[in-house]
Amino acid sequence: MSNPVFERIKGDISGNDVVLYMKGTPVFPQCGFSAAVVQVLSNLGVKFKGINVLEDPSLREGIKQFSSWPTIPQLYIKGEFVGGCDIVREMYESGELQDTLKSKGVAAAAQ
Amino acid sequence: MAMDASQIERLIRDGIPDAKVKIEDLRGDGDHYAAHVVSAAFAGKSRVQQHQMVYKALQGKMGNELHALALQTSVPDGA
Repeated sequence: MSNPVFERIKGDISGNDVVLYMKGTPVFPQCGFSAAVVQVLSNLGVKFKGINVLEDPSLREGIKQFSSWPTIPQLYIKGEFVGGCDIVREMYESGELQDTLKSKGVAAAAQ
Repeated sequence: MAMDASQIERLIRDGIPDAKVKIEDLRGDGDHYAAHVVSAAFAGKSRVQQHQMVYKALQGKMGNELHALALQTSVPDGA
């Protein structure tokens, strides 16, 4: 795997506890699905790195291949792909996301 | 570039033969759907893997012709 985009993704997800590949930025999401995941993470008070795939077409395609996942947003926690918008929302509502964060030792500040 | 619900349902059934598929056209525009897929083939798989199976059945249409598909997957009771 010498694909430079994959190397960059690996660097991002290993260098940050929580990474969200999204359309737009956490402050200005440019897609409702990305906004929904930002909302969930903000509700939990989780610090995350938002990466705007709209700024880089090679990353926008590359992350889909990297995760075998056809859509954006994509959430990574401690280097592991957690899911897209539907899964993140479902996990948040069931409390599973909170458990996952806790078990991986990621601090969730405010509730 | 829209797809109709019956086409989505057929692709999923072709890929996952025992699947029970329920499709909802969320906005009535043929572009935003919700699908609930129930299959014994999902047993023992993570949610991410279950969704990947559905995306695979959709043969690359998800994210292209198929713009928005809210997906929910589950295993039938007793499986």
